[in-house]
Amino acid sequence: MIQINNLIKSFEETQVLKGISTIFEKGKTNLIIGQSGSGKTVFLKCVLGLFEATDGDIVFDNTSLKSMDLKTRALLRQDIGMVFQGSALFDSMTVEENIMFPMKMFTDADEDEIRDRANTAINRVNLIDANHKMPSEISGGMKKRVAIARAIIMNPKYLFCDEPNSGLDPRTAILIDNLIQEITQEYAITTVINTHDMNSVMEIGEKIVFLENGLKQWEGTNREIFKTDNEAVTKFVYSSEMFKKIREIYIKESN
Amino acid sequence: MKTLTHIGQYVLMIQKTFGKFTKWNVLKILIVREIDDLILGSLGIISFISFFVGGVVAIQTAINTDNPLLPGYLVGFATRQSIILEFAPTFISIIMAGKVGSFITSSLGTMRVTEQIDALEVMGVNTYNYLIFPKIAALTLYPFLISISMALGIFGGYLACISGGFSSHADFVEGLQLDFKTFHIVYAFIKTFLFAMLLATIPSYHGYFMKGGALDVGKASTTSFVWTSVAIIIANSIVTNLLLT
Repeated sequence: MIQINNLIKSFEETQVLKGISTIFEKGKTNLIIGQSGSGKTVFLKCVLGLFEATDGDIVFDNTSLKSMDLKTRALLRQDIGMVFQGSALFDSMTVEENIMFPMKMFTDADEDEIRDRANTAINRVNLIDANHKMPSEISGGMKKRVAIARAIIMNPKYLFCDEPNSGLDPRTAILIDNLIQEITQEYAITTVINTHDMNSVMEIGEKIVFLENGLKQWEGTNREIFKTDNEAVTKFVYSSEMFKKIREIYIKESN
Repeated sequence: MKTLTHIGQYVLMIQKTFGKFTKWNVLKILIVREIDDLILGSLGIISFISFFVGGVVAIQTAINTDNPLLPGYLVGFATRQSIILEFAPTFISIIMAGKVGSFITSSLGTMRVTEQIDALEVMGVNTYNYLIFPKIAALTLYPFLISISMALGIFGGYLACISGGFSSHADFVEGLQLDFKTFHIVYAFIKTFLFAMLLATIPSYHGYFMKGGALDVGKASTTSFVWTSVAIIIANSIVTNLLLT
């Protein structure tokens, strides 16, 4: 579980996050949604520790990030898996080497053991015949799978994904969403996903946090988002006619 | 103020580079890879430039000192001095600022743009040590490259003189041996080592702290080349004043 308490982040005079509090529960896919510039990426980077929060606190399973010394923070990072928007695979390494990298860096396991674990992760994300390919030789969807495999090889407690299905075709995007949700439940991970994708919101949003101008405007589940009257949320989520119709049908059926 | 910020950030970067060390099993592979990219990969161009520039230096010296009152060994002497004292350590370093410096800046800049550095940081890797230390370690071998440059430069000068009839073998060799001071070699290697550190760290700074997109990677490479060259020229002037005057 990750608890965020009144998180504030400023860059010089500009306050980007204006006091956000929420809880991301274990074994659930937690989604952060909002328009571009709403503060989603800054929020994610603060939680990850890539940006130092100006004020407020982030608590990882009862341990406050503020109270952690550098050594504890470094250990915490080994419990974190991250899937970047552009996958962030290391260009100079093969797919297999990319996935093996965290274990090579942080464990004393021998080469065979690391390779076994990598192959387990590769099978889990359904990557076929890609072990010895370079990142430049595989498709966008495969890159995302490699990034997920690399993120889960250390059995992380927390998984962060920054727009995991951006740039993917709708079918692959759904496959990636489902894969993340399955992994979250299977390994009981606390997963936080930054997304713009409304399909993801509807499909895997077990908890949704809506940000606008650095403030949390709304939070709830993918069922509750259909019923909400919050103007900011409805403007953002139901901006397309298709989603408006889906909402109408859902409300009719539930009545 | 901005310059001071850059200098402060550069010093902190070097301090962090020698902070938490990467596992030796991983680090040794990175160092070998950097030696291959930065040192062995530069051997061809350095040899080519040194050989031909050595030849041109010797020919120019011979043409401009054709007064019969001047001794015949002057060409060999001048070629040796200019190559050992300045051409090999300083001018090859400026060429390397273009070749190796741009490579370092663009590779780190691309890693920054594609979030690969962020990915390393999220994992808890000391990115300074992981990315910059292997380059510094590899460039400690830079004096070997400069030794080859010195040898080939003088050999190029010798061949150009003999084949062009500008000097005799005996005169050229006499010039090479005349008034030879071992300290000049020491001086050349002291500054070579200093330049190697500048070549490793300044382009790394420009790549590591790069902001923006693909276009900015190109801009950062150019800026890195300019600042590395400036730093080499200034360092050359300081070291020469300290050691030779």
